[in-house]
Amino acid sequence: MSSSGLTARAAGAGGPASIALATPSLVEQVGAIARRSVIRTFRQRALLVFPLVFPLILFAINGSSLTAARKIPGFPDVSYRDFALAVPFIQGALFVAITAGTDLARDIESGFFDRLALTPLRGSALLAGQLGGAVVVACVQSLVYLGVGIASGVGIASGFGGALVLLALSILIAFGFAGLGALLALRFGTGEAVQGFFPLLFVTVFLSSSSLPRNLIKADWFREVATYNPVSYLIEGIRSLIITGWDGQALALGFGFALALSAITLSLAGTAMKNRLVRT
Amino acid sequence: MRRFYFVARGVAWRSVHNTIANPAILLPSLIFPLFFLAAFAGGLSRIADVPNFHYAPGYTAFQFAFVFLQSAAFGGVFTGFSIARDFDSGFARRLLVSAPQRSGIIAGYALGALGRWLITAVVITVAALIAGMDVLGGGIELVGLVGLGITMNLVAALWACGVAMFLRTEQAGALIQMPVFVVLFLAPVYVPLSLLTGWIHAVARYNPATVALEAARGLIAGSPVKLALAFVLLLAGAAIMSLFARRGLASAERAG
Amino acid sequence: MSSSQPAIEVEQLVREFRKGPRAVDGIDLAVSPGEIYGFLGPNGAGKSTTVLMLTTLLPPTSGRASVGGFDIVRQGAQVRASIGAALQEAALDAILTGREHLMLQATLQGMPKADRARRAQELLERVGLTEAADRRVGGYSGGMKRRLDLALALVHRPRILFLDEPTTGLDLQSRSALWEEVARLAHDEGMTVFLTTQYLEEADALADRVGIIDHGKIVAEGTPTQLKEEIGSPTVEVVPADQSECDALVARLESFGTLARNGRGAVTVQLPGGESQLAEIVRALDQAHLKVASLQLHQPSLDDVFLAKTGRKLEGAGEAEDEQ
Repeated sequence: MSSSGLTARAAGAGGPASIALATPSLVEQVGAIARRSVIRTFRQRALLVFPLVFPLILFAINGSSLTAARKIPGFPDVSYRDFALAVPFIQGALFVAITAGTDLARDIESGFFDRLALTPLRGSALLAGQLGGAVVVACVQSLVYLGVGIASGVGIASGFGGALVLLALSILIAFGFAGLGALLALRFGTGEAVQGFFPLLFVTVFLSSSSLPRNLIKADWFREVATYNPVSYLIEGIRSLIITGWDGQALALGFGFALALSAITLSLAGTAMKNRLVRT
Repeated sequence: MRRFYFVARGVAWRSVHNTIANPAILLPSLIFPLFFLAAFAGGLSRIADVPNFHYAPGYTAFQFAFVFLQSAAFGGVFTGFSIARDFDSGFARRLLVSAPQRSGIIAGYALGALGRWLITAVVITVAALIAGMDVLGGGIELVGLVGLGITMNLVAALWACGVAMFLRTEQAGALIQMPVFVVLFLAPVYVPLSLLTGWIHAVARYNPATVALEAARGLIAGSPVKLALAFVLLLAGAAIMSLFARRGLASAERAG
Repeated sequence: MSSSQPAIEVEQLVREFRKGPRAVDGIDLAVSPGEIYGFLGPNGAGKSTTVLMLTTLLPPTSGRASVGGFDIVRQGAQVRASIGAALQEAALDAILTGREHLMLQATLQGMPKADRARRAQELLERVGLTEAADRRVGGYSGGMKRRLDLALALVHRPRILFLDEPTTGLDLQSRSALWEEVARLAHDEGMTVFLTTQYLEEADALADRVGIIDHGKIVAEGTPTQLKEEIGSPTVEVVPADQSECDALVARLESFGTLARNGRGAVTVQLPGGESQLAEIVRALDQAHLKVASLQLHQPSLDDVFLAKTGRKLEGAGEAEDEQ
């Protein structure tokens, strides 16, 4: 533990010899908060099970219901299930966002945030710790989605290496969305407000190339929206690894948008944290 | 009978009033069906180009039938959320204490669900017509369509009522919602039954929601199919769910 | 901080909120090391706002204050290292266990890893939560949560403890237990305690000195005894067994002090000499063969002090303000 910054001796007559306290290192602070975040998620089974099960249910249903879409001229020469597997990763990322946001909002509402503010914990460490916890959950989710997809017969065109890149991309996407959840929590301070945004996020997944390739979307307005919707590129980046192999452009756009999402949400969340964590 | 009526009317009035007075409740119940209509009819309209996809009114009407019934079902589901909230806040206990005829409470919630859904039904129908939906059915067929919606709404509301009264907490939300969601989506949502393959075809074939959906699509197309069967199934569902809701009420009464 | 320096010193502290009244309107106070200072006032008086400022969670609009010898604005980190705080809400994580809370707090306070578990166990024993230590806090009673809250505030052995309405909502037993622990911390361990409360008996029972705050201003300050003596003497209320003897009773008692009669047939006499006059009154009534149905001694309360200073009773004052 580093002893940079403040050192205070805490005296207590009648107790054991006083303990010298130093400001914990950033790593230690982040680790403590991340550990708490992970414990909280794994102890609330509904928070873990529902985000796993719901996207997989939709994947199973849509993967079968839309099999006929393969017959659309121009549809990629893969099963619809292969085509659809990318979507659960994005839906899972939304759940991660809402959970991360709701957790932080609950801390603010309950006053636990103030308790943390009274310690030497840095705002950046609190944010990083919350997001770190969200990343752990995203890892588990992504592994499950990929495992179920492969078990159901989906082939990963880019091979084992591509599967690793897919996991990295999906975790990065989840990280970006978790930043959004944290931003909403810090900005509005209530779980209700965070959850109120969930339908809006859900909408962005639908108004994308989640169901059909963009060039096959018939309705002009829908195709335009999907083209400008960054979620389309996130989905297409993951999808390219599953159905195409190594598509440089799709990956560049997917990673690019994921990094941009992460950078923007983290930056805004950092500012919101400074405004929320008011201490002299 | 009078007491039943007064209790039902009071509960129904509160339900409808709270919805209209609270945009946070009203707007999602309007926006979500509109959104689904836009997303499915807009985003998936190319599906109609699939060989052997035959539906005379077009894909917008094809999806409208699903969204119409889905909004009816979810109108019932949202009522379950309200009931669960009433238990969490303690208001349900007040109702149980003051209602002289408690079965009127269930009827009231169901009527409230219907009232709320009718608002949604008007909005999404107008939106679909503005979007250019073709309706080949006449007045009688459209009455039949509304009838399907009403009975679907009743089945879902009674289901939601039962679950909410058994569990008596807002955390029952997922349990209320998920089965309804899954049953609806295990029907031919995107393509007709004949174009489904694999396990989904097997499940959809025996899914009562499929019968209701095909009946609704037939009515819009002006060629009713399986209408009697759809009503029989839905009314049977409503009868079963009303027993379930009654059992839920008894459970709530025992809990005090 | 030297022993002669106040542990907490506040000078003309002000906190204004946008589009609102001044929540704290220029208060001055000083708390000596090892003292229990009771900050008493109705809801909305400015107690919690004051605590938030002194614990560095809310910057003051103007004025200055030092806690533990450190300026609350310029040396916030040092202030936080010197203090423990149990704020108005118990502020616990329902999913974590009591032990996990303490371990987290110890980690964040920078306690060496080797000492954390030991310190957590020590505090759990101290607040009587060893059996519940590994249960989730969501299953704790209100009293248990408050005890854990106190333990968390003590993890890093602060010299100054802020308690913001610590016994609100607790049953009598839990409240007494908490009072005992607070008194022990101050008197046995020399900890300075700044305690806010809206309960008269709490301030009376615990505080060495009391500051009464209303509408953001301190309206009275002193020891509970000093404050009550300022207001007036104790009174005795006598109800004659036979109402026809009321005049005789009045004649017998008027030599002791100012009399008053109320509509319930009781006679009240103020005792300028204090409660020691009570024995004389009893002897006088006995000598005059006057039988009494009841005889009660009323001490001025802090509520009377509040009433004298503000024109309103303390109890219910906050709710009345909210209703307006």
